[in-house]
Amino acid sequence: MLAFLVRRVLIMVPTLIAISIITFVIIQLPPGDYLSSYIAELESQGESVDPARIAALRAQYGLDLSATEQYLVWAGGLLQGDLGFSFEYQQPVTEVVGDRLFLTVVLNAATILFIWAVAFPIGVYSATHQYSWGDYGLTLLGFIGLATPNFLLALVLLYLGNVWFGTSIGGMMDPAYIDQPWSTDKVLSVLEHLWVPVLVIGTSGTAGMIRRLRANMLDELHKPYVVTARAKGLGPMRRLVKYPLRTALNPFVADIGNLLPQVVSGSAIVSMVLSLPTTGPMLIAALQSQDMYLAGSFLIFLAMLTVVGMFLSDLALAWLDPRIRLGAGTSR
Amino acid sequence: MIPAGPAATPPLLQLRSVRIGFDLPEGQLIAVRDVSFSVPRGGVVALVGESSSGKTVVSQSIMGLLPRRARILGGEILFADPDTPGTVVDIARLPAEGRRIRRLRGRRISIIFQEPMTSLSTLHTVGNQVREAVEVHRLATGRQAEELARDMLHRTGFPDPARAYRAYPFELSGGLRQRAMIAMALVCRPALLIADEPTTALDVTVQARILKLLRDLQSEFGMAMLMITHDLGVVASVADEAVVMFRGEIMESGAIDDIYRRPGHPYLKALMAAVPRFNMGRDERLVPLREIGPAGGRLLAPRDEDPAAGPPAGDPDPVVLRVDRVCMSYAARRGGRVTALDDVSFDVFRGECLGIVGESGCGKTTLARIIMRAHEPESGVVRYAADRESSGPVEALARFRREVQFVFQDPFGSLNPRMTVFDIVSEPLVIHGIGDHASRRAMVGELMQAVGLDIRHLTRYPHSFSGGQRQRIAIARALALRPRLLVCDEPVSALDVSIQAQILNLLRDLRGALDLTYIFISHNLAVVDYLADRIAVLCAGRLVELAPRDVLFARPVHPYTRALLSAVPEPDPDRPLDFGALADARQSIPSEWPMPFRTDDRHRPGLVDVGDGHLVRAAHAP
Repeated sequence: MLAFLVRRVLIMVPTLIAISIITFVIIQLPPGDYLSSYIAELESQGESVDPARIAALRAQYGLDLSATEQYLVWAGGLLQGDLGFSFEYQQPVTEVVGDRLFLTVVLNAATILFIWAVAFPIGVYSATHQYSWGDYGLTLLGFIGLATPNFLLALVLLYLGNVWFGTSIGGMMDPAYIDQPWSTDKVLSVLEHLWVPVLVIGTSGTAGMIRRLRANMLDELHKPYVVTARAKGLGPMRRLVKYPLRTALNPFVADIGNLLPQVVSGSAIVSMVLSLPTTGPMLIAALQSQDMYLAGSFLIFLAMLTVVGMFLSDLALAWLDPRIRLGAGTSR
Repeated sequence: MIPAGPAATPPLLQLRSVRIGFDLPEGQLIAVRDVSFSVPRGGVVALVGESSSGKTVVSQSIMGLLPRRARILGGEILFADPDTPGTVVDIARLPAEGRRIRRLRGRRISIIFQEPMTSLSTLHTVGNQVREAVEVHRLATGRQAEELARDMLHRTGFPDPARAYRAYPFELSGGLRQRAMIAMALVCRPALLIADEPTTALDVTVQARILKLLRDLQSEFGMAMLMITHDLGVVASVADEAVVMFRGEIMESGAIDDIYRRPGHPYLKALMAAVPRFNMGRDERLVPLREIGPAGGRLLAPRDEDPAAGPPAGDPDPVVLRVDRVCMSYAARRGGRVTALDDVSFDVFRGECLGIVGESGCGKTTLARIIMRAHEPESGVVRYAADRESSGPVEALARFRREVQFVFQDPFGSLNPRMTVFDIVSEPLVIHGIGDHASRRAMVGELMQAVGLDIRHLTRYPHSFSGGQRQRIAIARALALRPRLLVCDEPVSALDVSIQAQILNLLRDLRGALDLTYIFISHNLAVVDYLADRIAVLCAGRLVELAPRDVLFARPVHPYTRALLSAVPEPDPDRPLDFGALADARQSIPSEWPMPFRTDDRHRPGLVDVGDGHLVRAAHAP
């Protein structure tokens, strides 16, 4: 188990290095840099640009270095927790981002918990009551959830929130708390606002998860080892929980890694619609204005989230499944 | 039919006119009709039948384990529990998930299944699953339950019960898994054990040991056993009485001696005649339920009459294929290498059938793949005689591919389900660019006749054929290029006995008609014996003995060959398995063989000729 853990952690190192290189290449890909788009903007407004000043700025931001050197400076900064400097905001990236990273994590974690909490019982019910009215009804609901675009659902909820409660339910908290230090009231306000984006982002994931869990359970329900349990005299409920449910858990846990990027990318558009202070909208803006360090920080962060999520799901799998833990396939 | 005991005590289990139907979308299918038999206390009854005879459905109905679509339409299943004398329960009337049937299941009636790997949960330890049976029925809890489980693991032959208790099923070998399954079934000391094909998935030496274990425990606990099997050899060795089923009905039942010596029903007679036995005369034929007559046509005429591709006249070399010192190993998961083949050498002569026998993991499939040139051996060579006549390696391989063909074990996996039979059989001709459309059509027609299939079925897809018919399609495909050498890797092990006889006879007839040479690989000694002229025995990647068929059976020399021969149950009540003399597992481990056979780091014996072309792997002639 320890060897597995060490190996698994070591694999993450080259993965992260590769991700940082790819991220850097992506943010360098558009022709020009932040200054050239800045100049173009100034010129379009009819202002003259002093070449000497531009050159000075270039040197100041390190844009005159070669791509490799720029990467090394940036990656070295990342290791020390320095995310670089945002050209657009004229502030260090860390300050620009503020609570956004944290709020993104909160939102996505809440969404995943929501998906599990809803999908699990429904999936099990659908599988054990295959082809019953309940199964058909829940399946229909799931398909509707799968087919509804997130942003549409967000708009509908915004409208209903306004009509029924008379308040704006956009954002992650009451506007009064924005940029305020954290307090109990602020946390409560976040919780109050959280359910709308969680519901919006989680719907399609829940629907997909229900389908997968139902299929997994149906595969397991008639396996010989379940018949064995029945032949032992186990009652239906105990049998279900101990055997097929336990086996069906594995793909469920393995799905965390899949779920994360899906949820994160799904939340970008919803965040625009609901004006959530998460990373999505700011990432899009940063990519448009070629604010490379800001964009790079977001991309790296999202990649880290996925890699860590995968790591956690692998750990959970190894804990759940002795075949992975003990290296199945070798018989003693 | 069954000697009645004192009138006061009814038999332990009695089935009376049981009818079971399946509700299918196309209507009701009666799977079992009017089945009546009984199992006396402490007796062993075998329920014999081929696939889809309804024998498993009967066993499920006794446990109340019928699939959801199945229903008991009539009859009684009476269980008279010796623990509660005087009461008789009709299991057919109990609701499938009710409390009363659950109190019987696993406690008074237990079952073990064919496939011990899938019948045990991989995610729970053996100990957990064994003690669960005790705890469910509240016979014991905590440490006491653990003690009971360990004790039962000990009785079922685990050398280290404490370790087995903590092990997961996938850490055990197939035989040990089945022992764990038996421990789980017996831990509550049931009055009746149902064994549903308990040894079918196991090697023959392992099978013999499991049968012995079942027999020992059965008499030790005084429990009754209902053995469900298709293997008439197993029945003869284990059971007191037999019930023969065919298509959901009982054909015949009675004591073993009567059944085997005086089979009354035509089906049973036919079944007996279809099972290959040892020491059959050379010209004695198996009699399948339906014989197919092969017809060698004009196009299928032996190659030697073909002036274009025939060998030069008066070719003196009788060797078709030479396997010379072939070694092969695979990387093991935890470092190191696993030896698959070690120093395997033999010749295959023109027109003979060389049988290769071995248990699972002995390297026989690896050997077949190397012969087919699907793998390169690590060292050693496989030489095909005609290679010398070819101008270069590319031409030699093309010719090899034409002249050496393969028949696989699984007739379901080896035919592409999206191709029609015509496309499947004619594909080799297309690949090698032989003939035009018309001649291919004529050839395919002859091939279909040769394997006894209807030409009108050429436009059908494989799924509309039975297993035996599919295997015949596979044989027709293998014959399309008029090969010289046919490599058959377990071609009948997925088939029922009566179908197996059909295919074996077909292979035998084709060999004479088309002048073929066979390499016939199987785990079943009797099957190999029926077809082969010479038999090679493989064990742990080593060829341990190679001898003409009669010599091998009359005078086996190698300890492994002897163990193998003594473990085969014969369908003859006069010669049951000698459980007392049963060899232990050491006979399959080369480093445990006695001198001069021992093979380990210090001893590497080669093949020694002991006369009559009888080769044995030993340091010197024993």
